[in-house]
Amino acid sequence: MANSGIIIFGELGAGRLSSITLELLGAGRKLADALGQELAAIFLGHPVDPVVREAIAFGADKVYTIDNPALQEYLTEPSVAALEAACRQLSPEVLLLGQTAVGRDMAPRLAFRLGTGLAMDCVHLEVQADSRLLVATRPVYGGNALAEMTCPSARPQMATVRAKSQEALPRDDSRTGEVIPLSVSLPSSRSRLVERVRQEAAGVKLEDAEIIIAGGRGIGSAEGFQTLEELARLLSGAVGTTRAAVDANWRPSSDQIGLTGKIVAPTLYVAIAISGASQHLAGCSGSKNIVAINKDPDANIFKAAQYGVVGDYRKVLPAFLNKVKELLETS
Amino acid sequence: MNSIVCVKQVPDPEAPPASFRIDSATNRMVPAAGVKPVLSPFDEYAIEAALRLKDAQGGKISILSLGKNLALDVVKKSLSMGADELYLLQDDAFEGGDSYSTAYALSLAIKKLGKFDLIFCGRQAADWDAGQVGSGIAELLGIPSITVASKVEAADGKARVERVLPDGREVVEVDLPALVTVSNELGEPRYPTLKGIMAAGKKPVTVWKASDLGADPAQLGRAGAKTNLLKLYAPVRETHCEIVEGETPEEAGAKMALRLRQAKLL
Repeated sequence: MANSGIIIFGELGAGRLSSITLELLGAGRKLADALGQELAAIFLGHPVDPVVREAIAFGADKVYTIDNPALQEYLTEPSVAALEAACRQLSPEVLLLGQTAVGRDMAPRLAFRLGTGLAMDCVHLEVQADSRLLVATRPVYGGNALAEMTCPSARPQMATVRAKSQEALPRDDSRTGEVIPLSVSLPSSRSRLVERVRQEAAGVKLEDAEIIIAGGRGIGSAEGFQTLEELARLLSGAVGTTRAAVDANWRPSSDQIGLTGKIVAPTLYVAIAISGASQHLAGCSGSKNIVAINKDPDANIFKAAQYGVVGDYRKVLPAFLNKVKELLETS
Repeated sequence: MNSIVCVKQVPDPEAPPASFRIDSATNRMVPAAGVKPVLSPFDEYAIEAALRLKDAQGGKISILSLGKNLALDVVKKSLSMGADELYLLQDDAFEGGDSYSTAYALSLAIKKLGKFDLIFCGRQAADWDAGQVGSGIAELLGIPSITVASKVEAADGKARVERVLPDGREVVEVDLPALVTVSNELGEPRYPTLKGIMAAGKKPVTVWKASDLGADPAQLGRAGAKTNLLKLYAPVRETHCEIVEGETPEEAGAKMALRLRQAKLL
């Protein structure tokens, strides 16, 4: 039987479809329409939250669910086995996952299990006109280059998709479709969850912030971030950072923006004493406006920024902060 | 506790972005002149994770590296740091591969090495950033994999692995043998000491070719790749940066706030 259909792997957060899931549905809808095939979403869990039906309003034709006690908390083996079983039953042409903690863990194992090819962390997906193959574009060399890849013969064609790289569709509650439970048997897991600790972010979450004040290696110390914190509070924004500052223990790793940290796309991104390494830009280049404050006029960050001040942040930032206070008080 | 660490030689990711070049005829990155390749940084964290286990409970660390034109002083850094032996997979048959064919060759080398408790890999390589080979090796060997580790302890046939999550951490216990991919949250890898560098000179380095691994040629290199690279190119950046100036840095800072207000960003 020929493979057909696009399936996206859906994830939930705080009782709702996560934003990456809405983005996958938007991207998947375009591919499904280009191929003249169906778009389905699949959700794993125990129990599976009925909210998954909302995937239909955001573009899916069908929703598949796998409800199994082994899927209550994410562990690699049962989740890979569940998706493997679904792929063997449904024979999709394309399978998309988010480049999330779960997606990046599960996708490679699943691709190897299915004997197919996988493009990770893609920022663009399209159907090639003549071959009808999925062309997946992904940043490589820390964002210095883009690679266009295909999976010519093995199926499904698999890709994980970078957060905020795809547009979600507006919610349309008039769309209809079925929710179909799949029954699968899962192997016992050779790994067990001992504990999971979530750090609750104080204030605005980095991924949701409209304004991000980010500091890098040039801040020089953990204390140096105090002015950044004050500015972020004043603007109802969040503080972000680079890998170098996390490695120096100045900031928690949950604040890290970049290729292996969070991907953000705020309206305003203020990059302070950040050189602009490609792997950091990979996490913030989707920002609508980047402001750079750096003492090195040749710093790479000025190539990505719309506005810049060349100068020592220790002098520039307090004056910037005071002026912002003044502007907010008089408005 | 016997560990295997898979490492990759990559073009130095710290090289200035302005020096980055692609040969569009061959779809390959051209290493900048005078910039030496390095061990992929996350792989050094993988070596460090193995060394910490060895420090705590002894054992042997074998390093595996697949690649063309491997610079011996680059890959030997693993031995200088304290690993015990180095195996290099060097053969034209490995060329042009993708994550799949690379993991296939490495999994055969691991089978040939025989008994091990843990395999370590970096969470992703600094060139292709895919993060597939580690999990792929585990799948081909049929052993469990734990990714993005920040701490690894092992005892009684089990490992306890702390993993980095976007908003926290989790601890997973896994049966051995297992494969772990390591992230920078583990903590800085050690520098080779002079003594370590001297000792590395006497440690064994073995080169294996495809025929030494009993590999199926159809699964190696270009022939075994599941994916096809259509095009590699540098993204076009069209940003123009407006530099806000002032007599003093303080004045420039204040003027920047006014400029952003004018642009309705504040």
